[in-house]
Amino acid sequence: MNARRTAVILTPLVFGILLILAWELFVNWRDIKPFLLPKPSAIWDEIVDNHTEIWNAAKETGTNALIGIFAGTAVGVAAALVASRFKVASELLTPLSAAVNAMPIIALAPIFNNMFSSTSAIPRRLIVAIIVFFPIFVNTLRGLLQVDATKTELMQSYGASDWVTTRKVRIPNAMPFFFTGLKLAASLGVIAAVVAEYFGGLQNGLGSRITQYAGATAYPRAWAYVTASCALGLVFYLAALLLERIVMPWHRARRTT
Amino acid sequence: MTAAAVQIDGVSKIFNRGRASQVDALLDIDFHVDAGEFVSLIGPSGCGKSTLLRLVANLTEPTTGTVTVNDKPARQARLEQDYGMAFQQSGLFEWRSVVKNIELPLELRGLDRKARRERAMELLQLVKLPEFADHHPWELSGGMQQRVAIARALACRPAILLMDEPFGALDEMTREHMQDELIRIADETDTTVIFVTHSIPEAVYLSDRVVVMSRRPGRIVASIEVELGPRHEEIREAPEFFKKITEVREELRGIE
Repeated sequence: MNARRTAVILTPLVFGILLILAWELFVNWRDIKPFLLPKPSAIWDEIVDNHTEIWNAAKETGTNALIGIFAGTAVGVAAALVASRFKVASELLTPLSAAVNAMPIIALAPIFNNMFSSTSAIPRRLIVAIIVFFPIFVNTLRGLLQVDATKTELMQSYGASDWVTTRKVRIPNAMPFFFTGLKLAASLGVIAAVVAEYFGGLQNGLGSRITQYAGATAYPRAWAYVTASCALGLVFYLAALLLERIVMPWHRARRTT
Repeated sequence: MTAAAVQIDGVSKIFNRGRASQVDALLDIDFHVDAGEFVSLIGPSGCGKSTLLRLVANLTEPTTGTVTVNDKPARQARLEQDYGMAFQQSGLFEWRSVVKNIELPLELRGLDRKARRERAMELLQLVKLPEFADHHPWELSGGMQQRVAIARALACRPAILLMDEPFGALDEMTREHMQDELIRIADETDTTVIFVTHSIPEAVYLSDRVVVMSRRPGRIVASIEVELGPRHEEIREAPEFFKKITEVREELRGIE
């Protein structure tokens, strides 16, 4: 068990280090220009030199992502609860949410930017929320509805009301599904928050720095911000994972047995 | 005549009435169970024996006729938790520990925490699983899960226990053991039991009376008193036991 655990952590770590090493050697060997592909060591130097600036930008983007994910999750869960309760709502919301999901929402960023003042963080948070809504809504709704008939009939036999059945059976049943959605939403939300900054508006986050330095041909520095975005996405994903384990200890125990 | 636990008069159940998919599940059923009786319903699959049980449980309404449980309309009996129910699947909630599963019906009845825990532990003693109180359902074998489900069904001291093939998914050895446990529990708690099964030996071994149903549309074709006295392991090999099995089997053959 412990050996397996070490292997689970060590294997990707060793692989990652080897990959970075190969990258460094390859760039040196073929003498590739930095605007095509900078060396990892050059990117690292940029990260070290600009760490305060990167940290501040990451805080801005992270805040946008966090608020957007919160809002999108809240609306997604509420919509799923309503849709699971009323058939009409489900028939209305499901195609609507599919349509929203099919929309190239990032493409709406410039339009949203024009709707609000140029110093407003609302447009990018709105984009995050809309992107996060779909995986949360679809997964939560599935979990609320996919309950064994035996369980709902038992609740009926206890004379339990619909609301009690929702609280005691449907919601706990939906938890694993919800967290599947949340883990997706965590990474998606960060990507959306970064990319939304490419289209103008406030120039204070990771995304705006990436466009700024790429435009100024400071490629290693742009890559340093890409690395930070990657790390930010990972932090969000791990936070969702941690939350899942805290909220549903039974789920994890079940998987390991 | 003793008090009726269940009284069914002129009940028919038709699904999807008037459509191409119409199914006449039950036709003109009169059925009576005395308080304290153990009755099995047996018949070919699709004969409506589960539907009959669900009518008693008020999980579905009859198309015609009346269902009375404990001298009340079935719906009222359900809302007052007059019966407990167990299915082929244990239907345990995986996010609750064993003891919390048993506490659920008590929780819905509004018992306080201490009273709930006390009653649940008492029931775990009854089904001989007290050491598994804090385990989660998936850590238990199929037979143990089914025992927890029975304990849960008995939580509110129901007068009637409704069971829909509860041992159907168990292996033969576990099954026989569970049958003896069920007889003991029903005797100790003085509970009326209606038990749906498609195993003839199981019906004969468990019941005071075996009710044989016909193919769809389901009708009651025979009601056989078993009269084997108090049950114990040896009865499974006694000639009278096999005679009763033959009697039930012949009634079922008659349907074909």
